[in-house]
Amino acid sequence: MATTTDEVILQVKELKTYFYTQEGEVKAVDGLSYFVRRGESVGLVGESACGKSVSALSVLRLIPYPPGIIVGGEIMFQGRDLLKASEEDMRHIRGNRIAMVFQEPTTSLNPVLTVKRQISESLELHRGMDKDASLQETIRLLRLVGIPDAERRAQDYPFQFSGGMQQRIMIAMALSCDPALLIADEPTTSVDVTVQAQLLEIIAELRERLGTAVIIITHNLGVVARYVDRVNVMYAGKLVETAPTDELYSRPKHPYTIGLLASVPRLDSERKKSLRVIKGLPPNLSRLPGGCSFHPRCDYAMDRCRTESPVLEEVGPEHLRACFYDAAKLKKY
Amino acid sequence: MYFPVTAGILQKKVADVKAVDGISFFIKKGETLGLVGESGCGKTTTGRCILQLYEGMRGKIIFDGTDLTQLKREQMRRMRRHMQLIFQDPFASLDPRMTAGEIIGEPLKVHGLAKGREYRDQVAELFRMVELEPFMADRYPHEFSGGQRQRIGIARALAVRPSFIVCDEPVSALDVSIQAQIIILLERLREELSLTYLFIAHDLSVVRNISDRVAVMYLGRIVEITDSDELYANPLHPYTVALLSAVPIPDPSVDRTRERIILTGDVPSPINPPRGCNFHPRCQQAIDICKEETPELRNIGGEHWVACHLVK
Repeated sequence: MATTTDEVILQVKELKTYFYTQEGEVKAVDGLSYFVRRGESVGLVGESACGKSVSALSVLRLIPYPPGIIVGGEIMFQGRDLLKASEEDMRHIRGNRIAMVFQEPTTSLNPVLTVKRQISESLELHRGMDKDASLQETIRLLRLVGIPDAERRAQDYPFQFSGGMQQRIMIAMALSCDPALLIADEPTTSVDVTVQAQLLEIIAELRERLGTAVIIITHNLGVVARYVDRVNVMYAGKLVETAPTDELYSRPKHPYTIGLLASVPRLDSERKKSLRVIKGLPPNLSRLPGGCSFHPRCDYAMDRCRTESPVLEEVGPEHLRACFYDAAKLKKY
Repeated sequence: MYFPVTAGILQKKVADVKAVDGISFFIKKGETLGLVGESGCGKTTTGRCILQLYEGMRGKIIFDGTDLTQLKREQMRRMRRHMQLIFQDPFASLDPRMTAGEIIGEPLKVHGLAKGREYRDQVAELFRMVELEPFMADRYPHEFSGGQRQRIGIARALAVRPSFIVCDEPVSALDVSIQAQIIILLERLREELSLTYLFIAHDLSVVRNISDRVAVMYLGRIVEITDSDELYANPLHPYTVALLSAVPIPDPSVDRTRERIILTGDVPSPINPPRGCNFHPRCQQAIDICKEETPELRNIGGEHWVACHLVK
């Protein structure tokens, strides 16, 4: 799928992660393929239950079993298939080569350890530093992410920091081992807009400085427009469209993407500008309609869409989409 | 509206959370006033104070000529028919043990507005008003999607035919593609039923779209109020400017051209707000007077109100 010579560090191929629940089989991720190049930032966009978070957890092999299993696909990271790696190998990769920042800092920061302890522990483990070196590095990282009075505050516990600060600590921890890839899962959903801006700017700055590739998982189309180079749009466990950011926003070619862009209120549109609506309800992953999962809500659905599932096809440079409707006739509203 | 902070076994008050610290504004009949601000700014508290849901509030709330703070309990109870609240969380705000029909019809029963046949007809009508099918009346909340539950909450608010509705983050908990459905529904209802809204939200894009005028709050105070288009085109308060620049526009070609102002630091605690203008520690343009004197909210022309020493 990659068409330039820049090194691809992550290639997800036909990933399938299913959950077995009381309601039956939930195909959370159902044949997902995408890639990330060294140093670039990629957005994974979609609404709740589209599979974006599950796909990230799959990359890190953090899917809880039961009820979830990765049932198929490949996850090539720096040349090796993570799905075939041992748990020991994965432990070496997580938090070290691939780091993740979660939506809720309270669930990933250990409440009974000081910030200093948590970060330096990771440094000692993954980078083999001694206690003095790891302490210095910890303070340096906290300063890097904008924690004021870092030396003193490193001795505090997570609860003594605000939500925004906790997020920064998570970013500091994530970047402490200079990972090749940072996955940020809804990094801004539970924080205020001005804090969101601060965090995303830090990630962008650090990305430039350290050359870390970033995957930003979000439902926020504005964040994506500003902070990523390429966008992957997901719906009901599958990729429906992927393109470089400018291309996606100016020439979207999937009815879901087009509908989404038209339904989001914008700061620069006139007051009471009519929003377009995507009719219907979000999909029920344990009872997906046949054919294209989006067809019940699609303004362009044809007979074929009810029985066949479209595959990704190229409609432009690095621009793919999965839809039977004539791309030339699809335009943003 | 201050909330006491207590400590110790005897719950002695040690400080106040100055949730709302001296605000005044009006809402015109038939308009939607948007109230925006980040967490802790006091916007939700403001909405609830208007509906007289807290004890210990100081100040006046004049609704349609009547000062609500002077009413006795029974009078206020009758007044509540005219003012309703739509909540943010479509999960927590519906009683899981009542059917949708019971939830929507409850206000009719409480206020003695309809019985028997008329009651059933009105409930059915309310379902249709929010674009739900009346046959869903026997279902329980968990059987509905988030957007549908929000519609139930709206129908419940409409049951008593209020003239004023406080919408407290009505779309924040919904998926992006469903938000538009609810925003359009609220707009339609406002027109058809001649409603007036106070629309509280943190999402500036949503507020900008649905509101006629917008008030921006910071740490318990209103820093700017003006027409929605004017606020976007000509924001005057430094906080408003920073807030707007922090909201990305879902269009890279447009977003790229905007100036970005990144505020430093966190929002201070409303227990101990800064002296003078409570935004001054984070304001790039703060001058001496900002540290000493709280700026007044003043009309600088064309019903554009700003509380800032630098704006004349």
